[in-house]
Formats: sequence, structure tokens, C-alpha cells
Amino acid sequence: MAHYVPHTEEEIAGMLADVGLSSTQELFSSVPVALRLAGGLDLPEGLPEADVAAEMARLAAANRAATELVCFAGGGAYDHDVPAVTRALAGRSEFVTSYTPYQAEVAQGVLQALFEYQTLVCRLAGLPVANASVYDGAAALVEAVNLAVAATGRPVAWVSEGLNPRWRQVLATLTAGRETEIVEVPLVDGVTCWGQARGSSPAALVVASPNYLGCIDPLREARAAADQAGALLISAFDPVAQGLLRTPGEQGADVAIAEGQPLGVPMAFGGPYLGMMAVSQAQVRRLPGRLVGRTVDTEGRTAYVTTLRAREQDIRRERASSNICTNQTLIAITAMVQLVWLGTRGLRELALRCARGTRYLREAILSLPGAEPLASAPVVREFAVSLPVPAHLVVDRMADEGFLAGLPVEAGGREGLLVAVTEKRTAAEMDAYVAALEKVIA
Amino acid sequence: MSGEGVGLEMAGGQVEQPSTVAARDRAALSPGSPGLSAPGGRALSAPLLGHGEEPAVFEFSVPGRSSATFRTTGVPEWAAEELLPPEELRHEPPALAEVSERDLVAHVTRLSHRQYSVDLGAYPLGSCTMKYNPKFCDEAAALAGFCNVHPATPASYAQGWLGLLWSLADALCRLTGMAAASLQPPAGAAGELTGLLIIRAWHLAQGRSPSKVLIPDSAHGTNPASVSLAGYETVSLPSDERGLVSPATVRSHLSDDVAGIMLTNPNTLGLFEEHIAEVAGAVHDAGGLLYYDGANLNAIMGVTKPATMGFDVVHLNLHKTFAVPHGGGGPGAGPVAVTEQLAQFLPGPVIARQADGTFGWKEPTRSIGRTHGWYGNALALVRAWAYILANGSDGIQRVSEAAVLNANWLLSRLRGTYTVPFDRAAMHEIVVSTKGAPGVTGQLHALDVGKRLLEKGFHAPTVHFPLVVPEALMIEPTETESPQTVAALAEALLEIAREGPETAAPAPRTTPVSRVDEARAARSLVLTWDAAQPEVAGAPSDGSYTC
Repeated sequence: MAHYVPHTEEEIAGMLADVGLSSTQELFSSVPVALRLAGGLDLPEGLPEADVAAEMARLAAANRAATELVCFAGGGAYDHDVPAVTRALAGRSEFVTSYTPYQAEVAQGVLQALFEYQTLVCRLAGLPVANASVYDGAAALVEAVNLAVAATGRPVAWVSEGLNPRWRQVLATLTAGRETEIVEVPLVDGVTCWGQARGSSPAALVVASPNYLGCIDPLREARAAADQAGALLISAFDPVAQGLLRTPGEQGADVAIAEGQPLGVPMAFGGPYLGMMAVSQAQVRRLPGRLVGRTVDTEGRTAYVTTLRAREQDIRRERASSNICTNQTLIAITAMVQLVWLGTRGLRELALRCARGTRYLREAILSLPGAEPLASAPVVREFAVSLPVPAHLVVDRMADEGFLAGLPVEAGGREGLLVAVTEKRTAAEMDAYVAALEKVIA
Repeated sequence: MSGEGVGLEMAGGQVEQPSTVAARDRAALSPGSPGLSAPGGRALSAPLLGHGEEPAVFEFSVPGRSSATFRTTGVPEWAAEELLPPEELRHEPPALAEVSERDLVAHVTRLSHRQYSVDLGAYPLGSCTMKYNPKFCDEAAALAGFCNVHPATPASYAQGWLGLLWSLADALCRLTGMAAASLQPPAGAAGELTGLLIIRAWHLAQGRSPSKVLIPDSAHGTNPASVSLAGYETVSLPSDERGLVSPATVRSHLSDDVAGIMLTNPNTLGLFEEHIAEVAGAVHDAGGLLYYDGANLNAIMGVTKPATMGFDVVHLNLHKTFAVPHGGGGPGAGPVAVTEQLAQFLPGPVIARQADGTFGWKEPTRSIGRTHGWYGNALALVRAWAYILANGSDGIQRVSEAAVLNANWLLSRLRGTYTVPFDRAAMHEIVVSTKGAPGVTGQLHALDVGKRLLEKGFHAPTVHFPLVVPEALMIEPTETESPQTVAALAEALLEIAREGPETAAPAPRTTPVSRVDEARAARSLVLTWDAAQPEVAGAPSDGSYTC
């Protein structure tokens, strides 16, 4: 039964009569008979709300959530504490149920929230312009590479193996149409070896710091290599780690990208997440996605509006460099709220606590017999270790002990476990993790 | 407004009482028509406490102010210099904001009061399907058992998630007649690119590299943009005099250099592409494939299926048809469903149901690869599944019936005042125009109609699209708006036509801001608070906010 169609049978009959029809079937007279479905849809009949809610609860209960599997997995999705205020504000129905802010006069709420988000992204990235979101970190990587190719005319990108492997897979898939050549540059001991990059001059070098192994991957090296190649520098950052680290912008990045999930967004089995993207002033007209600008209205009042619309698909159509329309606005608003709640001191404190927990657990694991680091470069909030037992077995066995131990990872031909520690993890949890791990790898 | 209840504001400031309106409207309708004494859903009552500006959040900052607290962990409190190389560390914390939680809450709450939303009233945007977003779907998407699950959780510990995603993909296939689906694309445009890359892979697997894709001139902008990103050249097909894609036009553009055709059905004019079976035959005969843009699926559920029409690849917009809220611009979800022969190319991993009834990950044999960092906008997928369970086969059918009925009933009330470029039975959306409109006083622009409608308590419809109709208003009431709301919307549009450009051109003046200076926005490019600083510092201000 349709729960949300308000029309009574009498109303429907009256409306049909008004338009000169006698049945709802006649509404579809323009659909050729040969195309009409014989029976109804091959789906069960509708259920009352309470029954559906019970089914959703049953499905939710069939997962081991982070309360039962203490989460030490990272790899682009992190188990952070989120204050009630973030959910309360981002859950306001005026934000949740609103449309894209094309009619600025009735959309100042979303527009100003996005303007404030853009400001915060720029401050984190150290670059002057940020868009109002793309889908996730992987999409930001794709858009950044496409931007660089358009800016330089070179259909080649040199991408550090330190970039998230799933993002690199997405990059390969979504640039296949334009046949962009992706050259992977290897990590050595957790750091990109730019000297090993080969091939024709690239549009961009792409580095991540911290990278997928959790290591600081020096941007000065990447910038120097980019200068040598006459290429742009695209740098992936971690919004939490920026509480401690120098910005990509001040270190010479032309484009900075990030996965914003750590900023108040639930892990939620992978989405919706948040692609953050900031660029230098020179690239502003190539920046994809929506951009909110500040202006005035006819009365001289401050007003916000989507701007530089000529970049977007509805205007440029086949000449557009990106096809993005729907983005992750609500998640951007979530991140804005979370960043303001954290504030200047809070983000630094958050990063520090992640780094402290990371050191605590890393040292404890490495003290176990047979455990070795997969990289010795300094780490911020996650690290990779090789263990005497294959990582996927470790994960399975540790799950039985009540831990999501980490992600299987490969580095320099060796396989191991990628472990993340957030501010949510206590010393007691980590001590219990190590005790369980000791049993599992014995 | 008078104390007698909500009246209808008319030109000259008079207020016409609902009972008078209802009597007049009833006189124009058939016996048994819905009673129109109810005011319908318009947001004229939304109270706004003033016309002042809301300061940017940074203006609330006071050095030293802080909101954040952190749990007790017992982890040693090493200093940053003990953890990381000093040359990597920033010298000062990143300047974000230093705002109290109370000020943050007040600020963002006030922002929300400057924002129209579906919850507030009708949003009749064409092809956006701004239907009611069921509240219980919000709750489903907030369950800890969904939210607090890391995406790398092993399948055996995430059976709830895998089961839900499998069921959703299965249901979307049943609705569209397709064989298999990927839920990865996080938006319709992403689904388009994914689908086009599948078409590309299919051709390549046969040793072919056609270079063109056909799309109608009425297509949404993401279509040609996606075609271009997939490495193809767009060939634009003119619509015929009935607003449709004609088989003859398609045939004249077909060759072995055409990878396929991208269509939405009904099209953006709200008309069913009657020749679709013949078009499909022609394209298939020429070795091409058909892509279905699912933006307008709301019109045909339970009536026909894209597979029946001959389509090979379909994307759905869950934030349109399946009531996933738009979130101010996103997140949405744009799953892709394909025929059996294309299933091998889907982005992986997909979910398979195993012999023992449990669910696991499977990689399609010739997958084009990942198109998302994980598995898609998973919480949006939860909402869509809850919506499908609640509606079921009977409810979904009713959705399309009521959507098409509302649109046609609205058309019947606008005809004779607005121009109807293709005047016959519409589907879920209608396109009317102010150009040459018989009931319009003077030269009225579609843009101005939209702005004046804001003052009447509705969101504007889509204006100046599709491009093939000059001064177009593309209006989709959706099935969740009552007849009373549709009648109120119709009456508002008729009033605007009668009022003419004198009233519409300066509109809106009753909204939080009036028309914005877009040219100045693009010229001065103030895209952050920091970029605004010189302007703010230099501007004369007495610091007060008018109420």
C-alpha cells in the first residue's frame, strides 16, 4: 500500500473526470500496448512502517558493529568519536530535505553553510579555493588528475603507490575513456621514490601524506620532482592529520584532495563520504563541482550564490571537464559542523591523540615475536606491520576475539596488516588487542 | 494576512478568502472533484524573525574559546615533537574557528531557518522528483548497526549489510527488467559514466571502437558531459514536431561508428517516447546499445520497464524516484543495472548469494573496475530499500499513477493561460512556456515566474530547461503532493500570469534575501571568508542587524 500518496479514491475519481479519463490505466495511453506489463511488479506487497522498521532492525543486528568489533581498521575510513551536536545539526530537515541551492533567495542556509565549509577546507589545505564537495576521496583523485590533464594538455599522471589502492583502481576505471596514462611510482620503505618514475612528461605528480601506509611522504621531494617534470603537484592529505602537519599548499601543492569521512561522518560501510578538493588561484576556473561565492542582493545585504556556473555540466555539456551534478552537500555540512566544534585547538588535540595511540599500539605490536614494520618512515594515525600469519587470517581470528584488527595490505612485495588508532581507542582496548594478537600469531 | 486564515494574496494587496476561491474553483471542476477548501501545502506561513544577515561562523570566534572534549584513554601524553619529525609539524594550530557549542548550534539553526526544503512545502522541479522523504527512512539510516560498521568488515560479520545491498540490487533489477546491478555509483552522473564505460567495454570485447553516442537535444547536461568523459563524441538528435525522437532521425545518424544512444523515457518534456521499440531495434541492428537515464522513472513504474523498451543499461536516481533526500545537493545514489550479456562488465565487487544462503563478494569476470572507494553511498541505499519495502509492488504502482495524474491535472488548469508546446497527455512532468502565452499579461520571463512563485510560498519549478522550449517552465508536482497543494500551485501560477512582469520582475522581496548579484559574485570571486576580509574590514558598518 502506498503510504505517501495522499489522494483518496474519491479525489482520484474526481481528478480523472476533470481531465476526461475514466480510469488510471488511461493515464498511460501514450505507452504502446506492446510495452505494457502484463501482471503487476514482481515484488512483495508493501508493508506497514512498523514491520519495515523491524526488518531494518533485524538487518542492522546482523552486522557486527564497532561496539562488538573494536575497530582498528583504517584505510580511508576511521572510527572517530562524533558529538551529539554534529548529528543534531546535520540532521536538521531543512538541510536534509532541501534541493540544490539554485534559487539563492530561499537557499541561504545551505549556501552559507557551504561557504563556511569551503573556507575551512582552504584553511586545512593551505590553498585559496575549495569546491563544495565531490563524492569521496577517490572521486577527488579522478577530478584532480582530469584537471591537471586539461591544464597541461598532457594525458599522463605519475601516481605514487602511496595513494589508497582503491582510489587508484577508481582512477584507472574512470580515466579509461580518455585513455589517460597512469604511471605508478613505487614506495620504498614507505616513501615515494620519484626517481623511478619513467615515461613522457606528466600533467601531474600525485602524492599522499600521510600515505596509505600511514607514513609521512615528504612533499618537498614531490614538489621538486614535479618542478623537474614541469608538472602540477596533486597532494592527498588527511583532514585529521592536518591538526599537526604543515599544509599541502604551503609545501607547493597545486591541488589538494582528501577523504573527509573522519570529520563527523559515520563509517557506514563505506558511504556517503566526502571528497574534499582545493586548488591554487591559477586553477580556479578548472575546479569541478559547485562553488559558492559571496555577493550582495538588490538591497545590499550579504548573500551567497553558486558561482562560476559556466564550468558546470548543465552549461558546458559535452565541453564540460567533469560531469558532476549531485555532490555530497549534506556531508560537507556535517564536516563543517564537526570542524567548528573541534575548533582550532580541538583538531590539533584530535591529531595528537591519534598519533599518541598509534605510537602506543605500534610499539606494543612490534614487541611481539615475528612482528616487523612494513615501513620505517614516521607515521601519524596508522601503520603497517608484517606478521608471521597472513593478514586476512589475522583479521578473521581477531574478529573472533572481538577486534577488527585492520586491513590486509601490500608494500614492497611483502604483505601485512594496516592498523589505525583513533582518539576513541583506549590503552585498555589496545592492551587487550595485543594480548589477543599474541595468541593469534603464535 | 487577515485573521480569518490563510488567504490568497492578489495583485493590489487584497486578500481573497479561501471559501471564495474554493467556490470559484469548484465551479470549474467536474462533480466529485476534490474539495478545495483546504489551503494546500505552501510555505507562506514560515516565520522569519527578521531580514538581517546571519554572520559567518568565524565572526563568533573568540581566541581561547573551545567546544571539543575527548574521552579518557589512558594513553601516554607524548608531545608532538616526540611523535613526528619537527620539520613536518606546523608551528601553530590550524586556524579553524573558536566558537562555543551554544553559538555553533544557534548559528547553524538560524541558517536552517533561511532554507526552503521539501518538509516545508512543494518543490515542483521538473525531473528532480522532489517527493516527501519518509521520516522512518531517516531512522533506518541512523541505526548503529548500519552506521558503525567499517567497510572492510569481513563479509561473515556484515551479513546484514550484504543482505540489504543484495536485496536492493535484486529489487531494482525486477523494477527495470534488468539482470544484474552495481550499487557503487554515488550519483546519477556517476551512473551515466559507469554505464557508458560498460558499453565501451562491451564494444572493445568484440574488437570494436565506435566513437559516437547519440543523445536527444532535450537531454540533461550530465548526459553529454558523461559521454565526453567516456571518450565519445556527442551527436545531438533534434526532436521532431511532436517533441519525440523519431526513428527516421535515429536511422539517419546510425553507423558502425555509433556505440549507442542515451535516452530518458519519458523524456525531459514529460512525453513518452512512443517510438522507442522501433528506435531500439534500429540501434541494435546497427550494433549499438541503448542507455536509459532513469531520472524520469517515477512516471512508469508498474506500467512498463526499460528492459521491455529495449534498453541494455539503466541508471536509477535513488534521490529522485526512491525518496532518498537531496541533502541540499547530495548525497544521492545512481546504481547501474544491465542485461545479462553486460553483467560481466559491472564494477566490482558485487554481492552474490551463496548456496548456503549467506552473502559474499564476487568480482564480475570482465569488470570495468571500481568506480567508488567502497560500495557506494551505502546509507542512501538503506533508505531506498526501506522505501521499497514500505511501498511494495502495489505502492510503487500507485506512485506512478498518482504522479502522472497530478501532472496532467495541473496541466489542465494551466492550459489556456500558459503555452503548452506539446499539448497532449503528459506523464509525470509538464513543460509550459510564457512565450506567446494567451493568459500572460505582457512579456513574462520564465525566470521571473519562478521568482514570484517563491513569494507565494512555493519553490520555483525548473526554468529555462529543456533548452528546446524557449521560456520553459518544467513542472513535476510528484505523487506526494495532495490535490489541494497542486490546485494551490496552479492558482499561484495563474495569478502570476495575470499579474504580469511588473510584479514578477522585482520578485522576490519577502524572502531572506532578494535577487543576488551573480555578475558581481563571478567578478569578485569571494569564495571563502578569508577572501572576504579586506571587503569586510573596509566596509562601513554600525554593527547592528535590522529586524
